Amino acid sequence: MKQFSILLLLLLGYTTAFAQSPEMDTALRSSGKIYVVVVVIAIIFIGLAFYLFSIDRRLKKIEKDK
Amino acid sequence: MKFIYQTWWKVIAVLLVLSSVITGLLVAVPKKYIVNETIRNLYFHVPMWMGMLTVMVISVYFSIRYLRHNREEDDLAAVECVNTGLFFYVLGLVTGMIWAKYTWGEYWSSDPKQNSAAIGFLLYAAYLVMRNAIDEEQKRAKISAVYNIFAFPIMVVLLFVLPRLTDSLHPGNGGNPGFGGSDLDDTMRISFYPAMLGWSFIALWIATLRYRIRLIEYKKNELN
Repeated sequence: MKQFSILLLLLLGYTTAFAQSPEMDTALRSSGKIYVVVVVIAIIFIGLAFYLFSIDRRLKKIEKDK
Repeated sequence: MKFIYQTWWKVIAVLLVLSSVITGLLVAVPKKYIVNETIRNLYFHVPMWMGMLTVMVISVYFSIRYLRHNREEDDLAAVECVNTGLFFYVLGLVTGMIWAKYTWGEYWSSDPKQNSAAIGFLLYAAYLVMRNAIDEEQKRAKISAVYNIFAFPIMVVLLFVLPRLTDSLHPGNGGNPGFGGSDLDDTMRISFYPAMLGWSFIALWIATLRYRIRLIEYKKNELN
């Protein structure tokens, strides 16, 4: 059993040593501050959408007057 | 054409884009060298081109319709679609340049994809310049409709065919794998497809708004 666990430990060490992967962003994600970016972009887009809807409404009014 | 005055599809478009923004930034993406987190640009850069293509296709449809029925409204719809399409074209080009700076090293590396895109931009800019150069309404409408019908397939060849035949840094071109296939895994599809569909309809929405303004202007000029 002891030998087996040592083998397992070594195997794990082997895999972690060779499982190189590209470095992705961790700072913004682990600190949870990515949500700030999501909220900011979402607010900008919602604002733009409302702006488009208001233009749509104003146009509808003008079209009715004709 | 009644649907351009309706609201439901505009709400769906906004919700689609909004969902792609939220999932596009939060859901995990495949880990890739060089692109790293910028792979998320796929949800924002590519849909600009999709939006451009959507309104340009519609523009060709109205140009053909103009040649068949000679209705001035069809010409106005075609122009406003090209105007909106060119706006999204510039957005696609600029976002592509920024992405290129951080993955290819330069804003403009004279890549075949970039050069073709620049030529395609001039092709449509020429369309708008030409329109302004012709004073007579019917002549302008007819000539620009014919030009538009020819410009569209040339633009498609420039953007999607020629860069594929040579070496290009752009994904999906010149033997480069695209972000499709194994890269575009199921988690990316969750954000990618709503973005493509949503932005297409946003582009269409802006084009219809411009068309409606143009129509009012046109009718006002007619009365005077």
